[in-house]
Amino acid sequence: MSIALYRIDDRLIHGQVVVGWGKPLNARFIVLVDDAVRASEWEQELYRMGVPADIEVVFASTAEAAQHLLEWERDPRVGILVSGAIETLAALSDNSHRLRRVNVGGLHHRPGRSERLRYVYLSDAEATQLRALAAQGVEVTAQDVPTAPPVPLKNFT
Amino acid sequence: MSEPLRGVVVSHAAVAQALLAAVAAITGVDDALVPVSNDGCDTGALTERLTRAIADRPAVLFVDLPGGSCLTSSVRLARGKSDVAVVTGVNLAMLLDFVFHRDLAPADAARRAAEAGSRAIRTPAA
Repeated sequence: MSIALYRIDDRLIHGQVVVGWGKPLNARFIVLVDDAVRASEWEQELYRMGVPADIEVVFASTAEAAQHLLEWERDPRVGILVSGAIETLAALSDNSHRLRRVNVGGLHHRPGRSERLRYVYLSDAEATQLRALAAQGVEVTAQDVPTAPPVPLKNFT
Repeated sequence: MSEPLRGVVVSHAAVAQALLAAVAAITGVDDALVPVSNDGCDTGALTERLTRAIADRPAVLFVDLPGGSCLTSSVRLARGKSDVAVVTGVNLAMLLDFVFHRDLAPADAARRAAEAGSRAIRTPAA
């Protein structure tokens, strides 16, 4: 079945990912791509706590994700890949050309960002990064939970 | 302990505020708990909200779920601090017990609250 959802979400693994998307997709594994979390056993344990025991959680650095992406895509189980950074998904797309759709699920307020949607705040540079991803042929939409309508990139950048 | 513990209720949406309102309505105690919602926050912003809520006082953080952004930010903040403890699965029963036992050490208050909250979960015959 492969990776059913490529998601950008700065809360990483949390309720919307595990329950909101994980349940309807019947996800059996979640890949968290984050260099800092990959380097910290303690942080990994924290993120595992929010995931039922029958769902595998894989922690990967950006480099490891690029290396294993094809393997995850060929996994017969349904998977979700989540990262908190646009550049991580952009790097995976550059390296693999396998990403067809990217879901912007949550990028929250921080200095330098402005509100684009209730759950999406972007700097101008980040908006440009998303447009560049779309220019590669990736369908980029914002959608926090599956029951909400997807918002096309042009409507929030 | 000279300073009573502060309870910080950390939740999605407005769960924390609603629990505080219920505690105040039942006990009349309205200065023991502080609500923090993760609405609109990334982990950094949520940590800032938590830091302001704790205000350098000994505290117990009551988190709604045993996973997710509320938990990760709370545990990161409490890590290495003996005067901050974390409990997950917050419910009204544990908060009602906590507000009357704020003279304990944070870790002891957290354990006591967890026990009180667990005791409240039952399946009575209807």
